Amino acid sequence: MGSATVKLTIDGREVEVPSGTRVIEAAKKLGIEIPHYCYHPALSIAGSCRMCLVEIEKFPKPAISCHTVAADGMVVHTDSGVAKQARAAMLEFLLANHPLDCPICDQAGECKLQQYYMTVGQYDSALLDNKVKKSKAKIIGPHVMLDSERCILCSRCVRFTDEISKSHELGIFNRGDHSELSNYPGMSLDNPYSGNVVDICPVGALTDRDFRFKVRVWYLDSAPSICHGCARGCNIRVDYLTRRLHHNDGKRIARFKPRFNPEVNGHWICDAGRYSYKTLEDEDRLYNPRVTDGNGDNPGWNAITGRIADALSSHISEYGVGSVAVIASASMTNEEMWAARQLFYDGLKIEKIAWRIPPGPDDIDDDLLIRADKNANTFGAEQIFGPMTHAADVQQVLDKIAEGKIKAWIVLDRDLSPAFGEEKIRKLTGGLKFSLYAGSHLHATSRSCRFLLPTAVFTEKEGTITNFSGRVQYFPLVVPPLGDALPMLEALSRLSAALKLEPISTDPGAVFTALAGDIAHFKGTSYAELIKRWAPISKIPS
Amino acid sequence: MAVQNIIKVAARRREATLGFWERVYIFEVVRGLWITTEHFVGNLYYHILKLFGIIKVHPLTPTIQYPEEQRTLAPRLRTLHRLVRREDGSPRCVACMMCETVCPALCIKIVAAEGDKPQIEKRPKSFDIDMGRCIFCGYCVEACPEDAIRMDTGILDIAAYSREGMVLDIDTLLSLQPAQRRTDKEVDELQRRLLQ
Ligand code: SF4
Ligand code: SF4
Ligand code: SF4
Ligand code: SF4
Ligand code: FES
Repeated sequence: MGSATVKLTIDGREVEVPSGTRVIEAAKKLGIEIPHYCYHPALSIAGSCRMCLVEIEKFPKPAISCHTVAADGMVVHTDSGVAKQARAAMLEFLLANHPLDCPICDQAGECKLQQYYMTVGQYDSALLDNKVKKSKAKIIGPHVMLDSERCILCSRCVRFTDEISKSHELGIFNRGDHSELSNYPGMSLDNPYSGNVVDICPVGALTDRDFRFKVRVWYLDSAPSICHGCARGCNIRVDYLTRRLHHNDGKRIARFKPRFNPEVNGHWICDAGRYSYKTLEDEDRLYNPRVTDGNGDNPGWNAITGRIADALSSHISEYGVGSVAVIASASMTNEEMWAARQLFYDGLKIEKIAWRIPPGPDDIDDDLLIRADKNANTFGAEQIFGPMTHAADVQQVLDKIAEGKIKAWIVLDRDLSPAFGEEKIRKLTGGLKFSLYAGSHLHATSRSCRFLLPTAVFTEKEGTITNFSGRVQYFPLVVPPLGDALPMLEALSRLSAALKLEPISTDPGAVFTALAGDIAHFKGTSYAELIKRWAPISKIPS
Repeated sequence: MAVQNIIKVAARRREATLGFWERVYIFEVVRGLWITTEHFVGNLYYHILKLFGIIKVHPLTPTIQYPEEQRTLAPRLRTLHRLVRREDGSPRCVACMMCETVCPALCIKIVAAEGDKPQIEKRPKSFDIDMGRCIFCGYCVEACPEDAIRMDTGILDIAAYSREGMVLDIDTLLSLQPAQRRTDKEVDELQRRLLQ
């Protein structure tokens, strides 16, 4: 009694768990998945679906493993005849009024009803009554669609809105087989985390309006990645399409899903991050190197870097290096920042490397995940560009351009127009003698620059970013860059070669090693270790 | 190993079935020539009779004078696909992608869209079958949960001047009709001919 751990036997195997652990979690520790719907480790326990029934010796009848606390000497059978029969019978209940419209259900392929039916279902239904009809394809929020017939009333979504988003939009109304999930009258499921209810809904009752009918889930591949939407750096799973590109409007990235990492984001991601995938392959992507004035449609990388090098060198010899500023994005990877520092600060001796734009008035930290800082790597920028704080603020650079002191700029993957206004940026760039933009998208800033170099978005490259708390996180390449785009590291390396400066490695691992040797915050961290530290995509679902 | 065994077995069979006269060879050659001549003369005779309408069915060779004459197809033969319509004329297909998924030749391409009527949640916006790749396995028909795709048009002469021309779109597939139902007599006749 009162000891810190308890020992119990599950399916003949002994396991030691901290006291207070639920049987379902103890089984998970042994790699045994007990079928469940309503239980979710991040939510309170409802015990409503009864799917997790197991046989426990000396218990008079099957018990729900999500609520039963593991006790010393307990002997649990998850696979005995009693447990199996209990589960099959529960599943039959859950399916009693289920419409089984899998052919048009977006959940098909990742549906717990389908999965458990195949593994533990009772194939011959004894039910003869007509199914109860409920509302279908009902829009309950900007991102979520509800099909009440498919709902198994597990109440996970209700508990999510009560306990996690604390926005209380959902409830279960009516009684018996007329029980129905719905939003409260006059309320719409509209909170910054609403997309998560789609992930936790074990069936196809809540589906994503954005993903709806785009592509069948079994055509998708998954890769782990890190969201670049804000300074939190939530761990995500990127679901992407490499074949059958007639689906998903011909785009490769189909959706972002949260990836469990207790140290960063837990089970959730915010809606802004979830739908940020849309910008990755939109019409505004820059596909080819360009020179905006005259004879310069797609000159190719070699020609354009040569021309940039000539223009930049002659500018520097005419106006001096003090007239050049670099505006870097605080969402670049640590390695890219290091390479930019090597190229512009150490190589060209440009001292004004600006990256900071203060968050707008609407951007605030909330107490779950969202950070006011919408840059993925401000922490890294502070560490890496920090020592050269002559002009960390972009505002300073803009002021100096207005004063006429800065006559050239190099913008790395950043649109300044949302923060400073399109007109102002266009006017300022118009007065510049030299302007180069290396980045992934066409926007007011890049369109007003002379030379444009296309670079990859984060799913098209690998690297590390540092979140607001200083945690360095690795993300891999998911899909190859579109068009002629190259990862920023490679673009900087080519630029450096054209300028005949110290070569810059295009291997993020090598650059990270160099960076870790210099910057205190990264000392003692190895790239290989960061790769290993990925939270894997879990085999046993929550 | 396996191949050698097969060769051995085949050799043994050959020895077992070849009799003395067959092994002498020359008589077999003469017999072969006789069969050819018999068919030649017979065909000439019967084709002339048929040409003048004296007989209807050619009793000796089953040559079908395609394309003037078409072979009667077995009722269950898999022929060109068609998409089945609902009573109101809209496609029965709900764009579940089962057929696209199961198709081993990867020749089906469907793009799904939101339904255009309140009672239809999902529908195919486009539905292409590349007949240049189809291997007529019929898996798509088997997989369909809605009985929305069938291979019963009776059309087998599928040709086009380009690869793109072999791709049939949703409108074409919906416009195709099932082959004429055969009468019992026709089926009997068909079976008799097939069993001959
Ligand atoms: S929720 Fe699952 S079982 Fe129900 S229709 Fe959707 S895929 Fe089929
Ligand atoms: S909508 Fe989904 S998560 Fe919500 S109660 Fe129904 S089945 Fe559970
Ligand atoms: S018959 Fe076979 S190969 Fe042809 S479309 Fe159907 S599944 Fe594909
Ligand atoms: S299997 Fe049937 S319903 Fe599904 S997409 Fe193919 S034709 Fe349409
Ligand atoms: S009752 Fe245990 S998971 Fe639902």
